[in-house]
Amino acid sequence: MTAIYQALVDIVDADHVSDRPEELYIYSFDLGTAEPHRPDYVVAPRTTEQVREIVRLANREKVPVVPLGGGLSLAGLAVPLRGGILVDLKRMDSIIEVNEKGRYALLECGVSQGQLTSYLATHHPGLTHSEPGAPPTATIAGNVLIHGQGDLAQPYGFNSDQVNGLEVVLPTGDVCRFGSCAIGASWFTNHPLPDVGLFFGWCGTTGIVTRLSIRLYPARRIRGIGQFVVEDEELVPEIIGKITRTQMAEDVIAYSRAIPPFGLGLQHFTVNIAADTEKELEFKQEIIWDDTLGEYISRGQGGYLGFTRGLDHPQVSKSSDYKKGGGFEYVGSIMPIERYPECYRRGREISERHDIPYTVTGRIVGVGHSMMFAWTYAFNRADPGSMREAREALHETDDLVIELGGVIWKPGTYGQQLIIERLDPGTRALMRRIKEVLDPEGIMNPGNWEGV
Amino acid sequence: MSIDTYEFNDLIHRCFRCGYCKFPTNWMDVNNCPPYARFRMEPYSCGGRLWLTRAWLNETLDWSEHLAEILYSCTTCRNCEVKCPLSFNVNIVNMVVAARGEMIERGKVPQSVRKFLENIDLHGNPYGNARSRRDSWMEGTDIDRYEGQEYLYYVGCTGSYDTRAQRAARALGTLLGRAGVSFGVLGSEENCDGNEVHKLGEAGLFEMLAENNVERFSSLGAKKIVTLSPHGYNAVKNLYPRYGGDFQVFHYTRLLLELIQEGRLPVSAGFDARVTYHDPCFLSRWNDEYETPRRLLAAVPSLRLVEMEKNRDAALCCGGGAGNFEIDLLGGSDASPARQRVRHAAETGATVLAVACPKCLVMLEDAVKAEELEGTLAVKDIAEILAEAAGAH
Repeated sequence: MTAIYQALVDIVDADHVSDRPEELYIYSFDLGTAEPHRPDYVVAPRTTEQVREIVRLANREKVPVVPLGGGLSLAGLAVPLRGGILVDLKRMDSIIEVNEKGRYALLECGVSQGQLTSYLATHHPGLTHSEPGAPPTATIAGNVLIHGQGDLAQPYGFNSDQVNGLEVVLPTGDVCRFGSCAIGASWFTNHPLPDVGLFFGWCGTTGIVTRLSIRLYPARRIRGIGQFVVEDEELVPEIIGKITRTQMAEDVIAYSRAIPPFGLGLQHFTVNIAADTEKELEFKQEIIWDDTLGEYISRGQGGYLGFTRGLDHPQVSKSSDYKKGGGFEYVGSIMPIERYPECYRRGREISERHDIPYTVTGRIVGVGHSMMFAWTYAFNRADPGSMREAREALHETDDLVIELGGVIWKPGTYGQQLIIERLDPGTRALMRRIKEVLDPEGIMNPGNWEGV
Repeated sequence: MSIDTYEFNDLIHRCFRCGYCKFPTNWMDVNNCPPYARFRMEPYSCGGRLWLTRAWLNETLDWSEHLAEILYSCTTCRNCEVKCPLSFNVNIVNMVVAARGEMIERGKVPQSVRKFLENIDLHGNPYGNARSRRDSWMEGTDIDRYEGQEYLYYVGCTGSYDTRAQRAARALGTLLGRAGVSFGVLGSEENCDGNEVHKLGEAGLFEMLAENNVERFSSLGAKKIVTLSPHGYNAVKNLYPRYGGDFQVFHYTRLLLELIQEGRLPVSAGFDARVTYHDPCFLSRWNDEYETPRRLLAAVPSLRLVEMEKNRDAALCCGGGAGNFEIDLLGGSDASPARQRVRHAAETGATVLAVACPKCLVMLEDAVKAEELEGTLAVKDIAEILAEAAGAH
């Protein structure tokens, strides 16, 4: 038994610390194609104070610390590339406060999307949050920290735009709070204090967020999904512009995929509409389907596929079973909407080159300000060749994102290097200095954003 | 060894570890897989177990006592199968059971599992008690031996030997007698039903138990079998037909409801309490029986039934399935499933936690003591509640 192991047991407890092969094996993997790397220890703390003590221990011992939320980034962001202590944060899962009038929720970092959705539906049915298309085990904090987007991204932007405050254990073990909570007020706003902005998009290299406050939004009584389809991908940016101009929709997604075969080459739209009354719903549907999209139907360019009440959250893990192979990974990008046609065509080419049924998806972020465009590649986990094909397709797609003028979303190490190579020298120097100041021992999730 | 010989070698890699399996149907937390709820470390999740199994079968990971304990900590409650959105979900528990079978074939099982199976082989029960004492629960009753009556009342190991569960076994016997049901028991001639043996992956021992029981039941002319335990119910109803067992099988709740509806079992004395009901996995998720126990409780005057937030197919297992009531790989913590479950019950304001399974009864009563809820929350089998309501206790 090592001194570090015993120290971790002293900080947390023996049930939630391990250096045994079984735990180290499981925590060495991302769920996508990233190569596994074993941690030396796994620990699942319950409190901020325990996280702080773990980080202090890591500083003293100069061993890496890798924070893990839901583990669903599919980009290898929580794979312990240099070993060290993997910190599974999912036990920190208290919903500390929901403020009905202030419309915010204060959460511990391990609260899952499914947990918050269920809690709001039961205790605050008038409120909702922007829920990503990830499995419900994805954590709120993890999604926020990678600049995730949810089903309210069209009106309200990235989930990281919807944060009111953070509690962070810095790489030195200091604990800081940001937002209105930093001056002892409630966690109701992130403004107007000086913007620190040191934790979003940094892939856990600048600290461990232990609490956060996020904005909640009115949950309308009626929510549903309308579907529309066109054949010509060149029409998609124009249609998105028109739908978002109505400001009548919640979520707007355009997608195309090879399976089922009858959908091959078609561009589908799902448009979430919410209303408090039938009259309001009817009005919004008329504005969107008749007044906005009716011209495409009358010209024979598109078709209305109907409206389904209720939000049927996508069970994205089904993508993993396309090849009965248990695996999929995607490249996400933040992309100008006008690039949709090329994203679709070039992505389809990559998929077909690697013999993978193509799936491309564009979710609108902001009122048409950008989209998160994703290319998904299924693989068979039992077939190394299939995994290799998917990995190559993913790297080609990372290159494509840069070529098309987009920004790789939650990049893995390959994508991070593509970004670093192109990073403005002044920005790169500033990032380096920030990293050196915050993490003098270089212990936080090393291997990520390396070389800035 | 090779994964090629593993029964589910074409399936086991298909688990993505998306984690749906950790949730109850209402999504309220990630604590509905009993081992994961207990340890909150990924190897103990359903996906973690499947990935570890595959690694072991692929010889990427060596066998260890810890690996085996992780695998045997699964209570086979089937919450994962309810929640998993993928097409292979019906075989998740089968994959775990088959992996246990692989371990047994190689003689590599935890000591507690070895002892459990050894006791059943030697003594016909997992506790290691003498076969001759299997009828001790009947002492002081006038319950008859089975000699071709209409129903064979199969008590099972827990009801026969555990002193707490014996009270439930006697209550059911009293109720059947009160209703004028023609029934008898096997007493010391009864043997283990083997449900847990099957779930622990010991196919050979299970086959022997099943064949012997089918032979015994048949030779005695039994056509209708009523069980105290949902575990025994599951074995006789769903597993014994493979061995020629062709019986009408009832869990006792179904029979008692019929007796009440037919007016043969008056419960007019009532039961004045706020009661919440815990669904036992082998009655609910395994056999789709959610409403009969509730209808039974609703038939009792003065009884106020309240639901826990996790109910029906969202219920958290007590942690006792697949032998864990004795092997106890999930105990020793306030995060133990049974302790979590009695806290759920206490949150409803109920003063009685009703169960329909002797294993749940024992697990949850122990948990009430550990949570220091004695005096606040009593755990009772539905048979005991009905016996009180029938004035037969």
